[in-house]
Amino acid sequence: MKIYAVCGAGIGTSVLLKSNADRVLAAMGVEAEVQAVSIADAMSAESLAQIVLITPELQEQIKGIRSEVIPIDNIFNLEEIEQKLTAALS
Amino acid sequence: MLAQAFGPNSIAHHLEVTDWEGALSKAVALLEADLRVTSEYLAEVLASNQKLGPYFVVAPGIAIAHAAPGASVLETGMALLRLEVPVISGSSNDPVRLVFAICAVDSDSHVELLASFAQVMSAEGNMNRLLNEPDLTIIRNLLTT
Repeated sequence: MKIYAVCGAGIGTSVLLKSNADRVLAAMGVEAEVQAVSIADAMSAESLAQIVLITPELQEQIKGIRSEVIPIDNIFNLEEIEQKLTAALS
Repeated sequence: MLAQAFGPNSIAHHLEVTDWEGALSKAVALLEADLRVTSEYLAEVLASNQKLGPYFVVAPGIAIAHAAPGASVLETGMALLRLEVPVISGSSNDPVRLVFAICAVDSDSHVELLASFAQVMSAEGNMNRLLNEPDLTIIRNLLTT
């Protein structure tokens, strides 16, 4: 399964989000490839990610993307990330 | 790794009341003081903020300002500005009290650094400790050891 962690430049927030998503998914025992990407890359990617993790302010920027979009309010809150990923994967 | 990223001038208080863009400017100025970025980096950070809104605010009270790697980045680095008077950015995570600034020379070499940073910030109780700790030495130790 492929998951995108998205931010404006693909080097800051998205990398932090990927790092925490990796840890949460490992703890959940879910095998997934999480990629940190920019908005532009997420929108133009040829292969679709099943899930997109993004901060709420940027949601508007990826409108129309054909992935399940999960907004994360607090990227340092592992519980929030786990709860939302669990709900999305169940 | 975090200890190297935070240069000698990189952690500071800001005592004056200021606005969101002023807070971003002061935080990025810390990177410049440690010769991690040229003065152009700030313009890139502000442009990103104007284009995409207050998405740098990624957790309650915490912002992480950055722009893409480019000619204005001299060395990968991090900085932290603690605002004595929190500012309003327009994010649902307002008010903002801590403004981190990050710069990276390319899109790969800082990934491990940010993974360590994410680990520190996500550890139980650390975020609240950082938000409420006025002593910069304690803040530095918390982030870099």
